[in-house]
Amino acid sequence: MRFINRHPERGGRLLLALLPFVLLLLVYVIASATRLAENPDDRLLPSVGQMADAVRQMAFTEDERTGEYLMWSDTAASLKRLAAGLGVAALAGLCLGIAAGSFPILGAAFSPLLAVVSMIPPLAVLPILFIVFGLDELSKVMLIVIGVTPLLARDLEQRAREMPQEVLVKAQTLGANSWTIVLRVILPQLLSRLLVSLRLLMGAAWLFLISAEAISATAGLGYRIFLVRRYMAMDVILPYVLWITLLAWLTDYALRRLNRWWFPWSEGARA
Amino acid sequence: MSYITVKNVWQSYGDHVVLERLNLLVEEGEFCTLVGASGCGKSTFLRLLLGQERPAKGQLLLQGEPLRGEPDAKRGVVFQRYSVFPHLNVLDNVAIALELPRARLTGRLFGHARRQARSQAAQMLERVGLAHALRHYPSQLSGGMQQRLAIAQTLIARPRVLLLDEPFGALDPGIRKDMHTLLQELWRETRLTVFMVTHDLSEGFNLGTRLLVFDKTRVDPQAPQAYGAHITYDIPLNQRRRP
Repeated sequence: MRFINRHPERGGRLLLALLPFVLLLLVYVIASATRLAENPDDRLLPSVGQMADAVRQMAFTEDERTGEYLMWSDTAASLKRLAAGLGVAALAGLCLGIAAGSFPILGAAFSPLLAVVSMIPPLAVLPILFIVFGLDELSKVMLIVIGVTPLLARDLEQRAREMPQEVLVKAQTLGANSWTIVLRVILPQLLSRLLVSLRLLMGAAWLFLISAEAISATAGLGYRIFLVRRYMAMDVILPYVLWITLLAWLTDYALRRLNRWWFPWSEGARA
Repeated sequence: MSYITVKNVWQSYGDHVVLERLNLLVEEGEFCTLVGASGCGKSTFLRLLLGQERPAKGQLLLQGEPLRGEPDAKRGVVFQRYSVFPHLNVLDNVAIALELPRARLTGRLFGHARRQARSQAAQMLERVGLAHALRHYPSQLSGGMQQRLAIAQTLIARPRVLLLDEPFGALDPGIRKDMHTLLQELWRETRLTVFMVTHDLSEGFNLGTRLLVFDKTRVDPQAPQAYGAHITYDIPLNQRRRP
């Protein structure tokens, strides 16, 4: 049978999915053991045991100076910023996208603006954000908002525009006005797409968060990574990176499940 | 006075003339089927009646009053595709037609009014044979069931004119026959004035009380878009069915 026609079995699929992870882990463990055998003080590739010690230190031991469990307080600080930023971006993106995508007159006014604004590299305006909003929480949240909103708005605008004309005409023949068309026809369908877009933009949001934290913060996952870099503490950095990856993956999974649960009719729920 | 009057209507897009010199009088309760070659302006004419397009010249009157240049609740429509709301289940798809005209601000009814709308919708759905699928979403329905739903949704809004744009074009022949029967029964019960575009000549002859053939009588081979189509044949059919 041709390769293109061969499909994995149920159990085989799981095995194939796990294989690359296991291989990567194996390569790391061997490389780390080799380097540590040559030089026990090597910091570049810490052993699993060393990383476990570091996690115990960061997550399950009270910090002597602050009395906090650093990894958890970092996580809480970062997630709070991420949630605030994405929440505001989602709301703004939804409003802008629906307005520009559903009403031709508003589209004529907003579309070109959104197209230009979405081309501004958000990190290039980070200094401006620090100047305008100060070095506190607000500037970090704003970076996420500014980075994510235009992309979200443009995507939702496109989806609103792709809505079949027939559906909008149909709603009008059933007695809807512009507002109730948005409320009962366009908005419910775009909410499902919003969850899909958020999933796709989650990577960008984390990028903005960690960049902002790296430059100015007193807590946060990104802050911690860049802080311990000075001591070349790979035993802390690597678990943090894994933890961030796990958090991102969990959010992605949760958004997918939410979509399926709230909008069982949607394409996005199936994808 | 006729129920619907079409007075010297022209429609063109740029240099492309689609319809020209269209004149038509239709009585209340008539079932007009519109046939003609592809691109002969049948669907354009339907969109003019619907208000989705405005004529370049001429007037369309309903009981002597000009029809609004945008879709409204006077005219109900069933398209070949995308006729129902994909995000609402079968029951809500019909109930929304009762909610939208009454709730101008929220688009939905609450409490007693909502329950009443839903039970009315359920009755309508039973009439078109969808009582078993109230909780299904349109994507879970077959093509024929989706069109049944579209018809129920349109009729419950009590339009004064029913416009059908090749509603059964995508259905299997057997299903199409069932749909013809259903449509005939509903038409007889509601006494609606119907315009139906179809590609299927036998459908056109069997269903209607009047067959309107769209064709171009003037053709310039150098400029095929210079002249539009109009109604070349207007044939009364099935006279004993007439209202």
